[in-house]
Parts: sequence; C-alpha cells; structure tokens
Amino acid sequence: MIRPTSEAELSDAIRSATAPLLIQGNGTKSAMLRPVQAAATLSTAALSGITLYAPKELVMTARAGTPLSEVEAVLAERGQHLIAEPSHLFGPHQTIGGVVAANISGPRRVSGGAMRDHVLGVRAVNGEGEMLKFGGRVLKNVTGLDIAKLLTGSFGTLAVMSEITFKVLPICEAAGTVVVHGLDAEAGVKVLSAGLGSPFSVSGAAYCPLERKAALRIEEFETSVNYRCAKLAAQFPNAEILGTEASRAFWQDIRDLKMLPHGEALWRVSARPSAAPEILRAVAHLGVTGLLDWGGGLVWLTGPANIATHNAVCAAARAASGVWWLMRAPDSLSAAVDVLPPEPPALAELRRRVQHSFDPRGILNPLKLRAA
Amino acid sequence: MRQPEPKPGIMARRAEIIAGLQRILPERAVIGDAISLKPYETDGLTAYREAPLAVVLPESEAQVIAAVKFCASQGIRMIPRGAGTSLSGGALPMADAVVIGMMRMNQILEINFQDRYAVVQPGVTNIGITQAVSDEGYFYAPDPSSQLACMIGGNVSMNSGGAHCLKYGVTANNLLGLRLVTVEGEVLEIGGTHMDAAGYDWLGIITGSEGQLGILTEVTVRILHSPEGARAMLAGFAANEVAGQCVDAIIASGIIPVALEFMDRPAIHACEAFAHAGYPLDAEALLIIEVEGSEAEQTDMLRRIRDICERFNPISMRVSETAEESAAIWKGRKGAFGAIGRISPDYLCMDGTIPTSRLPEVLHRIGQMSESYGLQVANIFHAGDGNLHPLIMFNANDPASFAKAEAFGADILTLCVEVGGCLTGEHGVGIEKRDLMTTQFSPAELNQMRRIKSAFDPDWLLNPAKVFPLAEGV
Repeated sequence: MIRPTSEAELSDAIRSATAPLLIQGNGTKSAMLRPVQAAATLSTAALSGITLYAPKELVMTARAGTPLSEVEAVLAERGQHLIAEPSHLFGPHQTIGGVVAANISGPRRVSGGAMRDHVLGVRAVNGEGEMLKFGGRVLKNVTGLDIAKLLTGSFGTLAVMSEITFKVLPICEAAGTVVVHGLDAEAGVKVLSAGLGSPFSVSGAAYCPLERKAALRIEEFETSVNYRCAKLAAQFPNAEILGTEASRAFWQDIRDLKMLPHGEALWRVSARPSAAPEILRAVAHLGVTGLLDWGGGLVWLTGPANIATHNAVCAAARAASGVWWLMRAPDSLSAAVDVLPPEPPALAELRRRVQHSFDPRGILNPLKLRAA
Repeated sequence: MRQPEPKPGIMARRAEIIAGLQRILPERAVIGDAISLKPYETDGLTAYREAPLAVVLPESEAQVIAAVKFCASQGIRMIPRGAGTSLSGGALPMADAVVIGMMRMNQILEINFQDRYAVVQPGVTNIGITQAVSDEGYFYAPDPSSQLACMIGGNVSMNSGGAHCLKYGVTANNLLGLRLVTVEGEVLEIGGTHMDAAGYDWLGIITGSEGQLGILTEVTVRILHSPEGARAMLAGFAANEVAGQCVDAIIASGIIPVALEFMDRPAIHACEAFAHAGYPLDAEALLIIEVEGSEAEQTDMLRRIRDICERFNPISMRVSETAEESAAIWKGRKGAFGAIGRISPDYLCMDGTIPTSRLPEVLHRIGQMSESYGLQVANIFHAGDGNLHPLIMFNANDPASFAKAEAFGADILTLCVEVGGCLTGEHGVGIEKRDLMTTQFSPAELNQMRRIKSAFDPDWLLNPAKVFPLAEGV
C-alpha cells in the first residue's frame, strides 16, 4: 500500500503510477458502491492532522486522512460540531477525506445541508499529479467553478483530496425531541412534514417503521427548545418529549442506523418525502426493512443481497423519481448491478469528458461508480 | 475592458443571422434593430457597454434549444441573461454574440408544500418565488439586495447570496434540481425534487458557473417555512475594530443570528439620509443584527446579544419594538446601493471575502488606499461571513477617475486574497474580476477549470471572455 505523508509524495505516487490505483483513506467504505480492480492501493491515511481551526470564524482545515473522531473531538472541546452530522455507520476509523469523498451526511442534513454544502475548499491531486487548490477558507466564495463541490461525493474518481476546509457551527445549548408513537408510514411522514412545515426550525425528522414512531428534533437555547417542543407536541396525540441527553442519544442512533437490523445489503434512496411510504411498501415483501430520515426524503433499506431485491429497490426509487446508492453489499452483487441510477446518454458523455479532464489515464478509482 | 476580436465572418453576416433567427423563433422573440438592442448593452456594471449582434427572448425550452442549435451550428457566441442585474458584468454582451434573454420564461410551474419545493422557470424573480408561497407561510431563503428584479436563473448562474445566508446559505444550498440546455442542444436533467443526487455533483458545478456551461430552463428550489417572526437591532460603535470584536464575541457565544450586517461611517451617513432608519450618525461602525422566533424568543435572544454588545461600549443601541421599525432598519441596508448613488452617481461595488479576524486590518488598509487614490469609499458587508462590499465612488465622465476606481478595486480584491480570502463572495467573477483570477489560482488550477468548461462547451461559445483571463481556450 502506498501511504504518502505529504501532498508532494501524493503527487509523485499518482504521477509515477502506471496502472490503476484503488484510492482510500482507512478503507472503511470499501463495500460501498462498486469494487475497484487495481494494481495498488493509495491511502491518504498518513496525511493526517488538523492544520487550521478558527472557532470564531467557524472554519476548520484538516488533512484528508485525519480521523473523523479526531475532528469531532477537537471541535467538541470548543463547543462546535460538523453541521452535516455524518454517520458513524462505517465505524470509528473513517477519515474526514472519506466522509467528504462519499458526501456522508446525517439527520441534520434536512435543515442544515449536506456535507457538500459545508466544504469550503479542498487541496487535491488530479490524475496527472498536479497539486490543485479550489475554494478557500472563507464562508462565501463564488470565485471560479466550484470544483470543491464537484470533488465532494466523487469517491476519489476525479482527484485525490489531500486537505479539506469546512464550515462548522456551535453545538446548541439544548436539544429536544418530540416522539409520536403508534404511526404507520403514511401517518409518520405526515408528522414529519408537519414538523418541517412548522415555523420552529426542526433539525431532525425521522420515522422508524419497526417501532412505528416519528421523531422531530429542535436544537436551540433551552428556553426555545422547551417552547418549540411543547408547541409541536400539542399538534399530535401520543407525543412524548425527550430532553437534551435522551435526544442526543436518540439522534445518534438514527444517524448510525441503530434502529435498522443489520442485513446483508444496505441501500440508500433519496426521493420526495411523500413517496417514502410507497417505497417501503414496494419492497417489504422481499424481506427489506427501512428507516426514514430527512423528513422521509432519505430511505435507508436493508435486506438480502441478491439481484432481484436490488432491482426491486431500484424500481421503487425510480417510481418515486428518486435515486439510489448500494451502500454495502458483497462484491458479487455490487459488481453485477447498477449501484447508482444509470445516466442518460448526454450526461454519461459529459461525465466521461469531465473525468478525462481530471484523470486522462483513468487511473483513479476506476469504475468505482459505474461499470463503464 | 479588453474583449476578444469579434469573429469577422459572423459580423459580416449579421442580417442573415437575424433573418435565420426570425425563421426559427416567433417574430416577437428576436430583436435586431439598434434602438431595441440598446437596453441590452450593459447590466448592473454599467461602466462597460457593448451592443450585441442580436437578442432573442425565448418563451419555451423548445425555443431555447432552437436558438442554441442555430447559434452553435454557425459558431455564434451566446450570452445568457436574466434581469441584467449582475454587478460583475456577467451579462455584458459581445459585438458578435447573441444575447439569450430568459425574462419571458417566467412561469411558476409547480409548488409542493408537503415536500417543500417549487419548480420555476428561470425568468421568475427571486422575490416572485417567495410571493408565490408566502400565503402558506413559506419563503425562498437567499435574498440578494436586487431581489425585486433579479431572476432565479441569474441567481443560480452566479450562486447569489444575500443578507440572510449566515443562517440559510447561498443559492447552491437551496437548490434541488435544474434543467440545462447544453451548447449541443441537449437537455440535461440535473437533480430533481430529492435532496441528495447520485453520482457527480452536477448541481454544484453548474451553480455559479456564470452561464458558461449551458442555458438554464427550469429550476427546482427548496422552500422553507418562515419563522414565527423576526426582529432587528442596531448597535453603533466608536471604531471599526471594536465592532469587529463584537461580531467575534457574538459568534463565540454560540449565537448565530439570522443576519449580521456591518456598515462604516460613510455608509451609515449615506443610508440614513436615504432611509431615515434612525442610524447613529456619530458612530464609526454600525451593526445590524437580526434574530428570529416567537416574540419571547426574539426578546430573549436580543437580550443576550445586547449583553454582549454592552461589553464593547456601544455609542448607541436600539432594539426595534415593531415589525415596522425592523423594516425601516432593513430599508437602509437594502437600499445602500441607491443611497450611495445619491452621493455619487457612479460607484463600483466590490465583493471580496476575508477571514473575519482580518477585518480591522483590511478596513484600515482600504482607508489608506482611499486616501492615496483620492476616492471615497463606503463599506457595507455581511459581517458574519466576512463578505465585504466596499463601494468606490468615482466620476464616470472623467476617464482618469474611472481608471483610478478600477485600480483601487483591484487593490482591495488583491488584498482580500492576500489575507486568505477570495475575489468574490456572491457577485461572481464576470468580466470585472476576470484578469485578477491569477492572483487566486495557479495556471494549473485555472486550466483544470478551463478543461471543465471545455467539456461542456468545446468551442467556448457560451458567455466566453468572462471568468477566465483572456487566453487561448484549452
């Protein structure tokens, strides 16, 4: 495994590569999307450490291999956190580079935006070994094409990120959660929509089909949390209010899918929130269980890892005009199916041209996203 | 401002090209006579002017495709245009180019409150979206000062911000989907009505691409429910540095106000004369701070903020008691450009962003530059996010004065980059900051951007001569 310890070494490794490279941080997401066939593995794990933290400016810069746990711990010391609340589903060793490369977001995405919304700048090395910097360290920046966003979620297929600058926010003084019990999926999503359509800045909206409960989160100063939770709870029969500690534990469980059984395969579907109940229904007979986050706009599904089940998940997503990701599966399945929705021809052609513009030799994580 | 040489073959065939456009588009959708072209010579950056070859005003996506295919097949450059409010010359025409004006595609196509989105055509104004959803208590968050006029297509193209992006983000953070006509006349459907897109973040790269990657024909935005209410307060300070420290202290306390605006003395005086908002005329710096929530929440939050401001010996502090008082406070700020226009008919509005900790130093150096250039400057900016808007006043009838203003502006933006910031926070590079791009990006970085532009538009027909320093395309 090639483990560069500086951006210059990273550049050398890519420039001198003569065959495809598997790009990873600590490799915690290797079962996500397609398996990569490569002669060598290039890891950013040794490019580690926080290089800038300006709490008053709400900005942190960390090298790509910095563990997410370190980023979160340093932020917490100053009462701050990552806005997108990335999932710890992939264990404690995932790197900030991996979180950004996969655009991993958690429950707060519904109000605060995804990881891609908070990446302010990146340093990266393209497939030619050029060391490039895009974006910056300021909160507002429209100078030139937003390549930092393009690299976020590109799974190392365009360039290898060496350093990332992101916006952070203070952790709110208090949190509260209104839990509404005894709901089917239709009623559950209606509760989530009512919460997100309220004036109260709901920052989490999830529904757990197994426990038949919907949950709405408020994060504010304590007096506001109390006021807003009471207002929300009054709208629904069977509503229970969780205080700050219970609320934080609850949303960690949602974030890390603790309320979902551990099936052979795991999918994510993003669609209109109101389509979520139909998606759940369409795959239930195949032994697929779900969890709804983002007001119903994110459907996590888990079940048997076979082509028939995968195709049913894809069909359900497509019927809702939504998209899917195969998040975890044995290689035998993920190598055989569309792990993402296929692209229309015009977009596929454009994608190939853009890929070529970064990585003309096609050596960075080839075919990670698509088979061609 | 240097423009590329017009393509002689195109200029010579002007009449033929206009006739060709008239054949494929309705008569009312093609403008070719000199008088009617006049309004399209410039945009919000009125210092630069150039009449285009022709203007087309399509009324449907099919007409956009027809116009683009026609132009592309003949190698004719195209300049997309919304309301023409760009402050960076993003819609400045070229003599051999056809302006594609999107203002007639101004329909709201779908509003969905349950799933919280609206699908609109690019010619819908920014405020028009909010007006269409406000009866149900919703709004569209990004609010550029030009929101009464500017159009959502232009907002997407420039990734517009506004006074409230500290809490709600900029345009890029409030989009779900787009339809884009490529230079090849293909329609790309990007995103949709869902939150995360699968595959590359096309939405992210197209937003803010300044009309260089394609022509937008449809935009799907996220709409939000309004808070119960909002209220603003004013705090005046004896020095810019002190106001800057107060901003730091507010953020450090864990409070993120929905807006946190800063004005220096010249800006305070200009805006007060215009809006009579009760701004303190003896202050060197003024903060406008807005919070949201119920009456009780507003009062509680404003009390916390007032306590913080007290630590910095404010010259004056005023919390608005009513919605009308808050509106008056905002009228001064949102009318700032007009207010400066009353003092000096000609001004350049800069748009750099800096790390907020460098604010006192940057304001000090802008003051020194103002003296050495002999030109007045008023500073207005979004303090929470470090986005500066120095307004440089000059006399457009005096070429020397204009040249000095341009040089002054370039110095300010170079300084922004030097202290760790960027050339533009929300107005875009356009034609104005094109030649400064080399201060922020290396040749390899600019070439990587150029190659993406080429991937979408191999012959550089879409809004060329903007964003990148004039050079051979890649």
